Amino acid sequence: MATTKKDPVLVVLQLTGANDYLNTIVPYTNGYYRDARPRVAIPENEVLPIDDELGFNPNMAPVKQLFDDGKVAVIHGIGYENSPRSHFRSMDIWHTCEPDIVGTEGWAGKVIRDLDPSGENVLKGVNFGQGLPRALALRGVPVTSVSNLESYGVLSNVPGVGDDRDQILERFARMYSPAVGTGVVMDYLGQTGRDALKGADIIKAAPEKYSSTIEYAETPIATALRDVARVYLADLGTQLFYTQHGSFDTHFNQPPAHIKLWTDVSRAIGDFFDDLKEHDAGDNVIMMLFTEFGRRVKDNGTGTDHGAGGVAFVIGNQVKGGMYGTYPSIRPEDLTQGDLAPNYDFRGFYSTVVERCLGLDAVPIVGGKFEQLDFV
Amino acid sequence: MPDKQEIALMAHLMRRAGFGAPREELEARAGNGYEATVEELLHPENQAPVDEDLLYRFMPGYELAGAPAINQGEWVYRMINTQRPLEEKMVLFWHQLFATGNSKVDNPPELTVQIAMFRTQGLGKFRDLLVALAKNPAMLYWLDNNGNHMGAINENWGRELLELFSMGVGNYSEDDIKEASRAFTGWTIGTKIPRAPLGRYLWNFEFKPEDHDAGQKTFLGQTGAFDGDDIIDIVAKQPATARFLARHLYNFFVADEPQVPSWNITPPNDPEAIDQLVQAYDDSDGEVRAMMRVLFNSEFFKKARFSHVKSPAELVIGTARLAGSYQGPRPGFDKLALEAAYQGQELLNPPSVESWHTGSEWIDGGALVRRVNFAANLLGDTSLPGVHSMVESIRGRGALAPEEFVDSCLELVGPLEISGTTRHELLDQAQTGGNLAWSTEAESAESEKRIGVMLALIAASRDFQFA
Repeated sequence: MATTKKDPVLVVLQLTGANDYLNTIVPYTNGYYRDARPRVAIPENEVLPIDDELGFNPNMAPVKQLFDDGKVAVIHGIGYENSPRSHFRSMDIWHTCEPDIVGTEGWAGKVIRDLDPSGENVLKGVNFGQGLPRALALRGVPVTSVSNLESYGVLSNVPGVGDDRDQILERFARMYSPAVGTGVVMDYLGQTGRDALKGADIIKAAPEKYSSTIEYAETPIATALRDVARVYLADLGTQLFYTQHGSFDTHFNQPPAHIKLWTDVSRAIGDFFDDLKEHDAGDNVIMMLFTEFGRRVKDNGTGTDHGAGGVAFVIGNQVKGGMYGTYPSIRPEDLTQGDLAPNYDFRGFYSTVVERCLGLDAVPIVGGKFEQLDFV
Repeated sequence: MPDKQEIALMAHLMRRAGFGAPREELEARAGNGYEATVEELLHPENQAPVDEDLLYRFMPGYELAGAPAINQGEWVYRMINTQRPLEEKMVLFWHQLFATGNSKVDNPPELTVQIAMFRTQGLGKFRDLLVALAKNPAMLYWLDNNGNHMGAINENWGRELLELFSMGVGNYSEDDIKEASRAFTGWTIGTKIPRAPLGRYLWNFEFKPEDHDAGQKTFLGQTGAFDGDDIIDIVAKQPATARFLARHLYNFFVADEPQVPSWNITPPNDPEAIDQLVQAYDDSDGEVRAMMRVLFNSEFFKKARFSHVKSPAELVIGTARLAGSYQGPRPGFDKLALEAAYQGQELLNPPSVESWHTGSEWIDGGALVRRVNFAANLLGDTSLPGVHSMVESIRGRGALAPEEFVDSCLELVGPLEISGTTRHELLDQAQTGGNLAWSTEAESAESEKRIGVMLALIAASRDFQFA
């Protein structure tokens, strides 16, 4: 156990596009699996076995290694009732914890709010990606969103500015200084601009402070997780990181696509945790992987279509590794509309992490009390 | 030649009634006169529509496209390239008011159909627009009226029609909502053709008489065997409707009001302005064009300079038009649409039927950085046609002293009004380089670079966030 008590840190990795459960944790000895997927099933001898029924996708070796070290919890059959099987709607449901109405407040935004009620640290929650996912959207909660850490910042790309950038930024800061008599909105803009500049300055120092022997791959997900590591290790007070990878929407030509997706993601995860280990900084970090739903049991010829029940993962030193929940039955008579029936509400998954790792009250964050699992 | 005041007023009109206009256009329009320009804007049918043959020939994937970003991009193309600025601005207004989101509808071309309907109905009778909206398939699905049945009503559409689209909270009862919902039973979408194997087909409005509750209803104090048309007729005649619509038009076109949910307790900032717009509604039997005529010609409008925080759409489209970077069919409209999404306004996908929060609530740290960077990157790029033309215009004014240099830039970008703080910094920046010089190639290159940086600073200013 670490001797220093550090703040808990959550890394949310969203697998966008609906990752295929059946080919991720594979029921490789199940006859129904092979019957339903003549073209898309993973050969029995390629699977990385967990036991004599289930195994990891062959391209997930780094994650399997972490699983064998007891650091990965596999959450079976996750989802919610009456999945609309629409990417957008389903992702919104995962982001807002509102399966029945259109929600606008993000669960992760509420987490950030509860971790830093005064909103003092604009870097408490950091998203690596474009725009701001709805999961992080909550009025009054500042979240920093970085699409490229190297070039992040105000006026970072203006033609003709070049070497004068520092001087231009100082001018920008003065342009946004408090100005008497210009009104409430101007004041607000001024404050917002100055805070953004400050946040950008702070976060941009992270790469300079970072050194590591780990050589991450040159893939977008590896870059994102390396940026998470760099900002985390720079000790800026960030407690929630959010990023995504995709697209897992493998309707067409699933086998080669899924290979690359999981190779890239797994290697990035492996390198990330190795990086944390090298810095002796892994104990308080926990990573959640989720996707908006799983995919159909029967293949469509070259790929799979939208399903319902899916799989989620939690990875970290605090995790009590193993499998949790029940793999939904793939017998045709047990399916809903041809899909795996979810049996575990995703809000319980969030609740477990929010309460047991972050020490927050999960009920207002996920909108109710849901069954927690003992993976931490 | 129109004077500075006339140009400034015309710039204000074009920013609000459209997406801004470059200097030459402002001079031409000011030359025609303000009222004549307002009339021209109010009659888009007299200008050429977007040339769809040209658009779809270059971008065949844009016609009935499936992907959200392409549908958004198609609309962005129209906003930038339209010859009918007010028609297109009204579309944005109605989209923000009748917020329908692709997250649930999951049918981008169907949303494009709704947008096209706003284009044709947007300046006509409000009553007619509400009927078209009630029969619009995307709306029927979005607010569940296809699940509103005789004997088992679904109140979603009935409620939002009254609460968000016409009268506003506090002007009707829960019973009125129920009775309205009964009236709309049977208004549904015909059987959908599945996507496989032939691809997407548009949905169709269908009236199912066997599912329609044709019984007596009491709605807002009147009794009859009302159907949806009748409900809308009654609603359109309510003073609360005229008032609510007037306030929305004021909030979008004149000056930022507090957020809509507080409107039943917070009075308008300018009650007399609202009264004038309500009068225009009453005098014209609820015609939006008539209200806009009164609005644009009013003193309260003309004085409301820079009192509106640009929405992401206005910022992105306006700056792209100014920089002259997206005229005519070319790749990149979907990226522009994505930029608006990253700034907080994903076209065709408002977060809920309550729509985006506008005014200062468009701005948070992340959005501000994106807005500043986007605008500065465009206006700082002197290779773009619109920016280049500003450089040439300044070159034509000779060896400008710092103050004239700054003023020229502000004039060409707007004209833009700025605060003392901004002016101080821009002047300081101009002074570090001395007068602009154009006698040698090296001097010209340096001057051009300085102009680019100055324009970028102006684009990055707080003042630029306002229209």
